[in-house]
Amino acid sequence: MGLNELTIHELQDKIKKKEVTSTEIVTDVFKRIDAVEDRVRSFTTMMKEYAFEGAKKADSEIGKGNIRPLTGIPIALKDIMCTRGYRTTCGSHILHNFVPPYDGTVVKKLRDEGAVFVGKTNMDEFAMGSSTETSYFGVTRNPWDLERIPGGSSGGSAAALAADECIAATGSDTGGSIRQPAALCGVVGLKPTYGRVSRYGLVAFASSLDQIGPFTKDVEDSAIMLNAIAGYDPMESTSVPTEVPDYRSFIGKDIKGFTVGIPKEYFIEGIDAEVDAAVKRTIQVIEGLGAKCVAISLPHTQYCLAVYYIIAPAEASSNLARYDGVKYGYRSTDGRDLMEMYKKTRSQGFGPEVKRRIMIGTYALSSGYYDAYYKKASQVRTLIKRDFQEAFKTCDVILTPTTPTPAFKIGEKMDDPLQMYLSDIFTISTNLAGIPGISVPCGYTQGGLPIGVQFQAGHFQEGKLLQVAHAYEQHSGIERRRPKL
Amino acid sequence: MAYETVIGLEVHAQLLTDSKIFCGCSTKFGAGPNEHTCQICLGMPGVLPVLNRKVVEFTIRMGLATNCSINAYENFARKNYFYPDLPKGYQISQYAHPLAEHGHIDIVLNGGKKRIGITRIHMEEDAGKLIHDERNPWSYVDFNRTGVPLIEIVSEPDMRSPEEAGEYLRRLRDILVYLEICDGNMEEGSFRCDANVSIRPKGEAAFGTRAELKNMNSFRNVQRALEYEVKRQQYILESGGEVVQETRLWDDAQGQTHSMRSKEEAHDYRYFPDPDLVPIMISSEWIEEVRRALPELPLEKQDRFVAQYGIPVYDASVLTTTRALADFYEETVKLCGKPKIVSNWVMGDLLRYLNEQKRDIKESPVSPDHVAQMINLIEDGTISGKIAKEVFEEMYKSSKKPADIVKEKGLTQITDEGAVVGAIEEAMAKNPAQLAEYRAGKEKLFAFFVGQVMKLTKGKANPQLVNDLLKKMLSGS
Amino acid sequence: MKITKDQVEYVAHLARLEFSEEEKEKFTIQLNNILLYMEKLNEVDTTGVEPETHAIAIQNAFREDVVWESLPPELSLANAPDDSGNCYRVPKVIE
Repeated sequence: MGLNELTIHELQDKIKKKEVTSTEIVTDVFKRIDAVEDRVRSFTTMMKEYAFEGAKKADSEIGKGNIRPLTGIPIALKDIMCTRGYRTTCGSHILHNFVPPYDGTVVKKLRDEGAVFVGKTNMDEFAMGSSTETSYFGVTRNPWDLERIPGGSSGGSAAALAADECIAATGSDTGGSIRQPAALCGVVGLKPTYGRVSRYGLVAFASSLDQIGPFTKDVEDSAIMLNAIAGYDPMESTSVPTEVPDYRSFIGKDIKGFTVGIPKEYFIEGIDAEVDAAVKRTIQVIEGLGAKCVAISLPHTQYCLAVYYIIAPAEASSNLARYDGVKYGYRSTDGRDLMEMYKKTRSQGFGPEVKRRIMIGTYALSSGYYDAYYKKASQVRTLIKRDFQEAFKTCDVILTPTTPTPAFKIGEKMDDPLQMYLSDIFTISTNLAGIPGISVPCGYTQGGLPIGVQFQAGHFQEGKLLQVAHAYEQHSGIERRRPKL
Repeated sequence: MAYETVIGLEVHAQLLTDSKIFCGCSTKFGAGPNEHTCQICLGMPGVLPVLNRKVVEFTIRMGLATNCSINAYENFARKNYFYPDLPKGYQISQYAHPLAEHGHIDIVLNGGKKRIGITRIHMEEDAGKLIHDERNPWSYVDFNRTGVPLIEIVSEPDMRSPEEAGEYLRRLRDILVYLEICDGNMEEGSFRCDANVSIRPKGEAAFGTRAELKNMNSFRNVQRALEYEVKRQQYILESGGEVVQETRLWDDAQGQTHSMRSKEEAHDYRYFPDPDLVPIMISSEWIEEVRRALPELPLEKQDRFVAQYGIPVYDASVLTTTRALADFYEETVKLCGKPKIVSNWVMGDLLRYLNEQKRDIKESPVSPDHVAQMINLIEDGTISGKIAKEVFEEMYKSSKKPADIVKEKGLTQITDEGAVVGAIEEAMAKNPAQLAEYRAGKEKLFAFFVGQVMKLTKGKANPQLVNDLLKKMLSGS
Repeated sequence: MKITKDQVEYVAHLARLEFSEEEKEKFTIQLNNILLYMEKLNEVDTTGVEPETHAIAIQNAFREDVVWESLPPELSLANAPDDSGNCYRVPKVIE
């Protein structure tokens, strides 16, 4: 077994005992990348040299006894996080050559905690998508079935982790972009509370919904990663100055007496039978651990998708106005004047899904439609938030499926945007309400595709999420499989 | 037909903060292109704005000084449009919830006071600068100015003539300068003005169609452009035409306004609350704190100067142009009294020297203390008013004490009768022909003899004494 | 129809995008379907409900008025598609 197959906490133990060096871990990671990357295609940019330099530095720190929680651990970064001196493309032609002159806060924090970066992972263009098929750099494949999508938008991170091309990865989640691919690739994906992890240096899709979070092989690693990246950032106005607990302290605690809400609106027609069965088995396991599962209602659930597909494109249409060929990135030289330069740059630089969303968002904000779309959606968002506030008066956490189906085939939904949007139907409400959510593997289909269960908690209750997710993970009785690549 | 002019002004004032509104880049004018930019003001992917607290404080100051109510809740909105000087493709501004609303200022014109309503004051970021290549099909963008904090002050359409508009603008500038939140420099663009102007038949209640005037970069130009535009609109109406609602640019060289055709496309700014910025809640404690620190405003100060010092309104209005000048004046009066004499010296010699060198009162080499000492020297007869002019000039050059200058240069006034008599005798002896003419009745020559005596005494003779003695001695009595 | 081809063209212009005739037809249909789906929201009574524009309600996030070091122009302009004399160069802007 290669070192690349281990978790952060397993490797930490070995590093502390001087059984392995960071260089050895990084070597195994790149061996694996060399072996599988041409089939999985998780990465847009490799940082091999940088990784080995980082490993060398880490080993020297380890030698001096300076061991931080992530010292020497190879981590993959979604290519939406700005890395000084390394190109940050967001999966888009329009940023294919953009090299940021600065590091995002999370990148800085991870490095300060000793992490070693192996590369930037592929994603749907500007995080707009649920399948990692809209990337300018090609489709990433699901390691469990190369004919299928890994989910999205952080599909590259989920696939790289599932394929053991890294020890952990980062993603960003605007409507499910961490949890959905985590579920479809059989790994743990956590979206923290809005404002818990800094967005500074995260290329914006929808500013009021975006949040960075970790992909990890197990729940304990998720706590370790969250410890590293959480916290107030004065560079972000929406960062919340709330104290950060030691998330690892929630690992191993039992959940006796917990109340777990099961919202009836999340068990609907159209949900895959195997997914339904796996999630219901999860409920039994949770009850077996001494928690009380109660039926609840989140009455505005059916409106989440419509609200999301107004608010996110509206914000995106404005956030993406900066890609105009003036300051960085792609510029079309076909235009004869400024107006043509703008239009050709943007039309050639953005892919169809991004253009579609810019169109929806521009329309929703345009004169005469603002009230009917953007304002209305924002009001319904208030009601959705209230649903959760009400629910968390009685529940510690809420349990739902992460996705309605397991991973679908490449190309299956590319021509039907609405069908594609429906694959986020269970994850979107979390972002609208700003609450944290986690997806944990809860079984496999007959065909061997992973299934995920989602837990949601109140604002800043990541501790509870990790507690219940870890308790479940330890007692789920699911064998740990690896994709055959 | 008689027409009435209706004018409303939109003023943009750059705030005198050290750093930009949403990042830490310097706001200093005059750096090389793009030297005051960073990832944030350049709108690079992934960056976020954080509001400079001082911008809020300065805007509250202006709101209070213009009698606005300060809203307890305000937020920022994005104004979306594409332009190369706008790096994010949107300008962060305030829309539905501005900081201050419903205020007014008073202006004084032809001796009468008039109240001009302030609709709103809001905060926003400035855009960059475009430089056009005259020969090649290129423009160049410098983003140094991008993100410099601005406040936009929108007036009610309360002005009825270009003169009123000019006076309102000057008042507004004086207030901003007084509050020390804007340098008020129109030429450098830190104080800019757009005007909405329309005309309507006298007595008509409904407004006429308005034109928006831009590109007026001095007080004089604002007034000229308004005058031109009023005439243009009158001509259109009188020849049976209709005024079109449009934006017009003032052309200084031609003295005309021109339609700005390229910008005629309908604006659809798609304002929405900026999700990257959080609402601002201004507590009454904060407002009170700012209010307590508010200085006396120009018009209040002017009224007080007239009442307290008994100086003419004109003097008071000049002396209160800036806070520093008013302070200089008051400090001097405090030291030596004589408010009108102090006013004469400050408005006369001091401002003349300063203006010649384009220096600010804050850089004056002469202190209030020195001016007061000099006035005391005149009052106690040590020097004459004329000699004082020389002392003042030296004081301005060397910053020395007036008494030292008088001593060094031996400028003390000659009040000794014997010395003056001696000088007169000498003058008479040297100019026998003139003396004869004078005695023959050419009395105009009296001044000639005064001049001769003064020359002989190097200007130090007491003028009254010279007068009295000359009269006696010339007539030979 | 919620949105016509004319509106698609207007919105495209606002967003500085251009499409072929074929793309316009396709977009008009797709946007219509999406907008029809949004109609669902009209079922919800939102009378008196404040619109939520932030996930977490915080306020007054300020920085102090302190100057920091700007980026050296050679670094900020390194990504510029076209530049000259430390300025970004664009096709001429006609006013």
